[in-house]
Parts: sequence; C-alpha cells; structure tokens
Amino acid sequence: MITATLQKTLGVVGGQLDLDIELQIAKGAFVALYGASGAGKTSILRMLAGLLTPDQGRVHVAGTPWFDAAKRVVLPPQQRSVGYVFQEYALFPTMTVRKNLTYALEKGQEAHRIEELIEILELGPLQDRKPDTLSGGQQQRVALARALVRMPALLLLDEPLSALDAQMRTKLQDYILQLHKHYALTTILVSHDVGEIVKMADHVYCVTDGKVTRSGTPLSVLTASKTIPQGRIQRIGELLAIQSEGTMYIVTVLLQTEVIKVLAQVTDIAGMQVGDTVLVTATTIDPILTKLS
Amino acid sequence: MIDWSPIILTAKLATLTTLLLLLIGIPIAYWLATTTARSKPVVETLVSLPLVLPPTVLGFYLLIAFSPHKALGHWLQQYMGIQLLFSFTGLVIGSVLYSLPFMVNPIQAGLSNLPPSLAEASYVLGKSKLQTLFYVLLPAIKPALLTGIVLTFAHTIGEFGVVLMIGGNIPDATKVVSIAIYDQVEALNYEQAHLYSLLLLGVTFCILLVVYSTNGKHLKHFWK
Repeated sequence: MITATLQKTLGVVGGQLDLDIELQIAKGAFVALYGASGAGKTSILRMLAGLLTPDQGRVHVAGTPWFDAAKRVVLPPQQRSVGYVFQEYALFPTMTVRKNLTYALEKGQEAHRIEELIEILELGPLQDRKPDTLSGGQQQRVALARALVRMPALLLLDEPLSALDAQMRTKLQDYILQLHKHYALTTILVSHDVGEIVKMADHVYCVTDGKVTRSGTPLSVLTASKTIPQGRIQRIGELLAIQSEGTMYIVTVLLQTEVIKVLAQVTDIAGMQVGDTVLVTATTIDPILTKLS
Repeated sequence: MIDWSPIILTAKLATLTTLLLLLIGIPIAYWLATTTARSKPVVETLVSLPLVLPPTVLGFYLLIAFSPHKALGHWLQQYMGIQLLFSFTGLVIGSVLYSLPFMVNPIQAGLSNLPPSLAEASYVLGKSKLQTLFYVLLPAIKPALLTGIVLTFAHTIGEFGVVLMIGGNIPDATKVVSIAIYDQVEALNYEQAHLYSLLLLGVTFCILLVVYSTNGKHLKHFWK
C-alpha cells in the first residue's frame, strides 16, 4: 500500500502552481495520472521518486516512510525502491544496451534478472548496440528493462509512449501490461491518452491545476462525466477517417473491433485528426429494442 | 646547435599543469554546473578572470604573495622548505591559475548541456553522485574533456607574462621556450629564435587542429 500526500508550490510558466495531491495506491495496482500538460503530473512522479522534495506532506510505501515533512524524513532517490522511465528515455549514451542494464544491478545482485528482461522485451539482437543507433520504440524497451532490473516496489512511467507511432504504442502497452503482471508490480502511468488509460489502468486520477478533480475506474471517470445526462451511450474509439459530404462530414471510428460511421458537422470535428482517440456519445432517445431470447 | 632544455622544460610544465588542472578542474566544473548557490557568479568570475586579465597582473600578485617577505611566502619557506619565486614549483602554481578557465569552462559547458534526466536516471538506479559522475556524466562529455585538456596544454605552452614575472630566466628551472625566444632575440641571436618559434608554431597549430577536427566529428571514430 502506498499513501502519499504531497504539497508543493511550483514555479510554472506564467505564475505559480499550488500542487496539493492525495494518493492511495494498493499493492499491485495499475494507476494512471491523467490531465493536461502543466497540471503537475510529472512533478507527482518526481516527488514519489525523490527527485523533487515536497514542501509538505508524506509518502509511505508498505509502512516505510520515504518522505515525512513533519518528521524530517527525506530518503534520497538512491534509497527508494523505484523504477523510473523518463519521457525522453534517458539511456546512458556511452554504454551499450546490455551495459545500460548491468549498470543498474545492485551490489551483489545476480545477473539472471537481466537475461530474463532481455528475453521478455526481445532485446537480444540489440544488446551490443549504443542507444543512439536505436529507434524510439527500441530505446523505450531498453529504458523499461533498465527500470526493472532492481525489482522496484514502484514503477513510474512518465508519458513513456507519447513520442511513438500508434502501432508501436500498442505493442509497448502490451509489453508494459505483461511485465506489470509478470512481476506483480505497482505501476503509476502518466498519460493524456484516454484510450491508453482505459486499456491499461485499473484506477485513474484526473489532475487539473495541481489538484485531483476526479478519481475512480477509467471508464467511469473518463467517459461518463456528470454533465452528460442519462439516456446516452458512450464509447471510446480511434478516429480512422474524415470524409467530406457536402456541408457535413462522415467520420469513421474504430470501436475496439467494430467500425462505425458517424455524421458530423464542421464544428464537431474541429481539431480532430486521423489517429486521435475520440469519445462517441450517442443518444438513446427512441432506441429500438428487440427481444432476442 | 639548438638547446633542448627549454623545450623539455616547457613540455614538463604543460603536462604537469594539465594533469593538475584535470584533478582540480573537474570538481570545480561539476560544482558550477550543478550548484544553485548564490556565490556561483563570483566563483565563475574568478575562474574566468585569467581570460581577460593581463598575465602580468596575475604575475605581479603572485610575485607579491610568493615573496619570502610576505606571510604566505615566508610561511612556505620557513616551515615547508618550499621556495615559490623563481622556481619550477612556483611556475606550476602560476600556470594552474592562469590556465584554469581553459579546463573548467569546456567541462562546465559539457556538463550543463547534458539533460538532467541522465543523472536522475542514475540516482534512481541507486548510484551515488560520484559513481554517476565517473560512469555516466564524464564519459558522455568526452569531447569537452579533450577540449579542456588540449586547450590547457596549448595555453600553458604559450605562457609568457606570468613566467616572466615570477619565474625569470633560469635554465632548467624557469626558462621555458617562450622566454628562451625573448632571450635569443635580445641577444640578436635570430637563428635560435627562429627555431624555437617555428617549433611552437607547429606544435600549437597541430594541437588546435586536433581540437577542431575532433569537435567537427572528423575523428569521431578514433574517439568513441
């Protein structure tokens, strides 16, 4: 169990951000932090990892205090059992892939964990290469493997997939889910991709201007906001195509395995492009019900 | 026949100065690149002063500080048995101060340009600041280190004013090549002056060529 209350005033572009966050994360949970950029999501991860010191609050992990402002406990990042995957990967440029992983080993730790990670993440053919010769997706796999070498109590992922194309993103999501289950990890993912959160997380915190505005299961929080009245159906899908039909547009959306076409006006599709994750809301006024059995 | 002793002395002085500055310069550069202390601009200014200060000014102050009639010089001579004026040891100290920015500035710039996440990734993996510096940060700024080493070496070879002020012209102790040239010209011995000058020109040209071609990635495969 991880409990954290974090308070910090952050200097941001155009003023200050008063961060005030409370998190309760069960062991083995997959939690997502969702919100616009600049809302303070990355700062939360950094405070959990010990890279940023909160002004007030406490962080307790399985009963051990990592941070406690009242008792003046501040564990440095070195003493926190954390795996951190940075947005820009942060691989060590002078080391090969394998060296990046062995560097992470603790004193006296056996290397078989590295062999296992290399196998799961299919890094075998890449292990003697330097990071600057790898693609974004390959670098991200190395960063993920490196973060897991020390068997951390907490895995922190800071928008790890935002720079990748859709196909690579799906593949890496599967890797992350596989590792999360295989090692029974407790994982926190920062993401602004609704589809990704729905697919991966079992709990989501929506962060707006440094505060948690909503939290719960991804489907309940991200899809059915309180402003939408009863009598509607909401589904998340991927935008496949936008086709002009006179004054209207026909929008093709992939809902998991089902492709549907939706009629839309110019204002509806403003700012949308192919590949976006979209929420399809349909009214259920006058639905046709048919008895099947 | 050419007298080799000033050349050997110059090489000895430049090598020793470079090695010492590598030891001193890395901690100073690391501190400057990571600190948020208010005293940072003051330290930066002190380190960079030799870039703009006439060498004679530095030499003049060292002359006074090293003088056996002043506290520091007196103490060193009395209790440590070290004489800094008109000695090779004094020359090394003068050179270290004089070439300090040429070692510190490139390393500081190199460290500052690295993304902060590199060091942070290492900390999160349980590695200390020292381990991070030696295994992650310094290897990542090899070109900057090379620049610092080479510029320090070349700059020490070209030193004249400081040596003149605190070293004088003592064969095998303080008579470096730049002083020897001056000496030979004064004695109207132009042939010797030519030989020394040509040698310095050739050596410094080659050294700078190495720096610029390395930073231009031409020698990347040798270096990586």
